[in-house]
Amino acid sequence: MDVKVSRRQFFKITAGGMAGSSLAMLGYAPNALAGVRSFKLARTTEHRSTCPYCSVSCGMIMYTLGDKSKNVKPAIIHVEGDPDHPVNRGTLCPKGAGVLDMIHSPNRVKFPEVRAPGSNEWKRISWEEAINRIAKHMKDDRDKNFIEKNAAGTTVNRWNTLGFLASSAASNESGYIGVKTMRSMGVVALDTQARI
Amino acid sequence: MQSLDVKARSGSTAPAPGVRTIPEVAKLIDESKCIGCKACQVACMNWNDLRDEVGTNIGVYDNPADLTPSSWTLMRFFEVETEKDKLEWLIRKDGCLHCADPGCLKACPAPGAIVKYSNGIVDFVSENCIGCGYCVTGCPFNVPRISKADNKAYKCSLCSDRVAVGQAPACVKTCPTGAISFGSKEDMSIYAEKRAGELRERGHKGAGVYDPKGVGGTHVMYVLKHADRPELVGLPKDPSVSTMVTLWKGVIKPIATALMGAAAFAGFLHYVMVGPKEVKEDEKEDA
Repeated sequence: MDVKVSRRQFFKITAGGMAGSSLAMLGYAPNALAGVRSFKLARTTEHRSTCPYCSVSCGMIMYTLGDKSKNVKPAIIHVEGDPDHPVNRGTLCPKGAGVLDMIHSPNRVKFPEVRAPGSNEWKRISWEEAINRIAKHMKDDRDKNFIEKNAAGTTVNRWNTLGFLASSAASNESGYIGVKTMRSMGVVALDTQARI
Repeated sequence: MQSLDVKARSGSTAPAPGVRTIPEVAKLIDESKCIGCKACQVACMNWNDLRDEVGTNIGVYDNPADLTPSSWTLMRFFEVETEKDKLEWLIRKDGCLHCADPGCLKACPAPGAIVKYSNGIVDFVSENCIGCGYCVTGCPFNVPRISKADNKAYKCSLCSDRVAVGQAPACVKTCPTGAISFGSKEDMSIYAEKRAGELRERGHKGAGVYDPKGVGGTHVMYVLKHADRPELVGLPKDPSVSTMVTLWKGVIKPIATALMGAAAFAGFLHYVMVGPKEVKEDEKEDA
């Protein structure tokens, strides 16, 4: 398209443009709309969890993408303290507040691995393999070191060569089951991180 | 849609709609309760989806060393001798104070790049920011930072997106010692005075509230152990909006606008009274 602009018209266009931009600079521009960033957790799914770090065991809420519908793969997008949790009532320390980056860390251990004696390599194994392996080691050790009677001949049923450390995130119920299971096998060295 | 009503808008002379009133909010930072754990910094980065560069140790606990476009709040540590042979380790959470009379907003030439909501929050609207840096000059507390990534200014938004849906800012929620609290400006002022009184009773003679009147009061207030000497923790004693900003925006700009209007009116008068310059046919051909 060939537009013919005369000298006079050119001056008019330039002057008009300058007047317009000057007025804009002086604050007569059409009002730019302002709005806050939309609330990013509006329709996320919430799950309760416990902070994995120290023995205080603060309550956390994990916010995941999507509404658990079939075709959506959930991913944790935000973590905050749980206001209803009696331990922390919504607060989190710097480590706990930054747990999102641990969850998504490429260095996070997500499956059982084993480093066999003498080897310097970690090998991935299945959960079944891992549980069987632990059970086998425990049985071997118990068969070898179990003390049924002490020097005086009193029945003591001790298994002193194995210790058990429970997570501080364990609930009362899982703590109860933990103690019952371990004591039934004769384990004496029983503790939980929550005692620290 | 707007979830908070706008009270003032940068670079605009058109008045903002203001029939509705919503309660003013405030964040109170109690210096005496702060242990410098930096949970607020982490919570801020998490909520606002910011990840600053991993910096280097500069020999003090301040990390990062200064506010950045990705670190909107920062624990600042001060080792000061408040009296002779009395060392005190003071910690202050730095960040935007959300002034009632914001110097950044006054200085900003970009229409709608800085807004003040009627709940008191001063927010940067990045889409409208032109990256000129006037807000940095206009701020009495040296808070805004210009990003090298997109040449736009950034600072604490007081989690305007959370406050808009009735939530507290992320730093407030996470604070394990309860050093940061949030509520209506009125409630926070009352609580601040109560805390300052408690501190004075316990022997902190200079304890008081930092809510400077020179900027119309702030929506982030401090309870300071040495409120008589806020310089100890890097706060100006009597902050005010720079006279240059006030002069330029308050005096020169209206005069310039009036002069421009007068010039345009004179041109119109000339057109009406004298008329356009007539060009003779033979002259036109020469042009």
